[in-house]
Amino acid sequence: MIQLTGIHRDFQVGDQTVHALDDVTLTIDSGEYISIMGPSGSGKSTLLNLLGLLDKPSSGSYRLNGQDVTALSDIQQAQVRNREIGFVFQMFHLVPRLTAAENVELPLILAGEAPEQRKSRVTRALADLGLSDRSHHKPDQLSGGQRQRVAIARATVTEPNVLLADEPTGNLDHKSGQDVIRILEELNQRGITLIMVTHDPEMGQRARRQLHMMDGRLDIDQLNQTDSAGDGTA
Amino acid sequence: MRTRDFLNLTGSSLIAHRLRSFLTALGIAVGIAAVVLLTSIGEGVHQFVLSEFTQFGTTLVSINPGKTTTHGGNVGGFGTERPLTIEDAEALQRLPFARAVVPLVQGNAEVEADNRRRRTNVYGAGPQWPEAYRMQVKSGRFLPDDDPVAPRAFAVLGSKLRQELFGDRSPLGQRITIGGSRYRVIGVMESKGTVLGFDLDDTVYIPAARALSLFNKDTLFQIDLMYRQGTPVDTVVEGIKSLLEARHGRDDFTITTQQQMLDVLGSVLDVLTFAVGAIGGISLLVGGIGIVTIMTIAINERTNEIGLLRALGAKQSQVLGLFLGEAIVLAAFGGLAGLVLGVGIAELLHLALPALPVHTPLLYVALAEAIAVVIGLAAGVLPARRAALLDPVEALRSE
Repeated sequence: MIQLTGIHRDFQVGDQTVHALDDVTLTIDSGEYISIMGPSGSGKSTLLNLLGLLDKPSSGSYRLNGQDVTALSDIQQAQVRNREIGFVFQMFHLVPRLTAAENVELPLILAGEAPEQRKSRVTRALADLGLSDRSHHKPDQLSGGQRQRVAIARATVTEPNVLLADEPTGNLDHKSGQDVIRILEELNQRGITLIMVTHDPEMGQRARRQLHMMDGRLDIDQLNQTDSAGDGTA
Repeated sequence: MRTRDFLNLTGSSLIAHRLRSFLTALGIAVGIAAVVLLTSIGEGVHQFVLSEFTQFGTTLVSINPGKTTTHGGNVGGFGTERPLTIEDAEALQRLPFARAVVPLVQGNAEVEADNRRRRTNVYGAGPQWPEAYRMQVKSGRFLPDDDPVAPRAFAVLGSKLRQELFGDRSPLGQRITIGGSRYRVIGVMESKGTVLGFDLDDTVYIPAARALSLFNKDTLFQIDLMYRQGTPVDTVVEGIKSLLEARHGRDDFTITTQQQMLDVLGSVLDVLTFAVGAIGGISLLVGGIGIVTIMTIAINERTNEIGLLRALGAKQSQVLGLFLGEAIVLAAFGGLAGLVLGVGIAELLHLALPALPVHTPLLYVALAEAIAVVIGLAAGVLPARRAALLDPVEALRSE
């Protein structure tokens, strides 16, 4: 489904060129559960942004569902992000003045969906994440775990094929983090492709496929040998 | 995105910063109020001055001796122009479109009755003066239709002069002396008040031929011709021109139609109205800068949100539209408040100072609101464009 070939991403910092991604070639199939690990500055976030069409490669090709997405216009890329990709961020990134339900509704509003249709999809997404009784709360009235669940509801309300999570547990206590991971893994079991950046080895090792990055290169690409909690029931 | 959702999103962010939105809109409101108020006063003065002029009707044409042209020199050569005479006025009277013709001599002389004296305006006029200038005789009658060249020594008084000379006594039939010659008072005019600085009540009217000899002149100051309603003004001008050219042998007079005067006056007053409006426009400009400032701050604060919207699939044009929308809504609401404020103050002013003419044309109101929206658009473009062009990765990373 995702096919990266010879991807480079260079940044100009002062008069130095930093190779954030250095010749990355990677194929991801539909429904995979992948963790991307590596030290700070190894390029894992850049890779995730690139997969989410928030960033463009300096060179190389990125095919999503057989289509070369780097050649798309801004409007087409926005549509792909809206329909195909969901984002979950470490900082949650909820709009503070909107309620939980309104935050979840945002991607549907941007897509121009009819209000009646939107309402039922938002209600369902919130119910799936056990947030029905929190739908009219503002983000500052929610706990960290609840906020991240609202963010997940927002990421999945459009029923995307790919869910990109950037340190989704980085701002949560251990228990809330475990909850969030369990939710993400459940979504994966229902068929969504889950790609998660983390530097917590315990989290990373739960994924079936683990990528390690070092200095912008894909260092290790291995399948999990042991049965992890994530796919034990699959 | 649907229009309704667009408005909801725009509104929610403005409401989230109520005080800030209010103050920004207030800047525009003050500007619009200033523009509306100042143009209202300008337009009021405009209408006041025009109505002062048109009270004499718009079918007046005045003919003055001598050629004044806006282009070229004196076509008749020096000192060769003929005076405008009472005979000229007589001849004009015979033109088919002429309804009233008034020869006019104007001057200043001492008027004496019994033992009272007063220096006053003397109008040497013809019997048709009241018709041409839409004035009424209060008692007695106006100058009779005598032989224009040798009229009898009759005089008609303005209401103020009558009061000054005779007090409460009836002046009809009384004798007065004007510049040494004796006249008999045959009428008193209705009070007309001051028109553009001329007190028409502090006046005495005598036959034009007598005024000519009083002031020792050989030419009339002016001939006023009132033409019949419905005659094209070009026909009137051409008729007068060919008649006087035939009599004088050359084009040595100047014809000014009331319409020309009104046009010139109107355009001068338009410039005045525009000028005061432009002064108000300066405060509007300051209000616009307020919007630029607040939108720039808002975008800096909401960089994160912009990155998020892009990640959720917002197009650059949608981000642009949202921020532009906020700027326009701020300006439009400010403009609306400004209209209410401006019209309100104008009306209060009118109540407090009835002498000050105030008039707010609907067109200006609509125009002011349109200007407010355009200012919002202009002020919003730069910040909104910056928001749309933000790199989503950078935007999401910002604190």
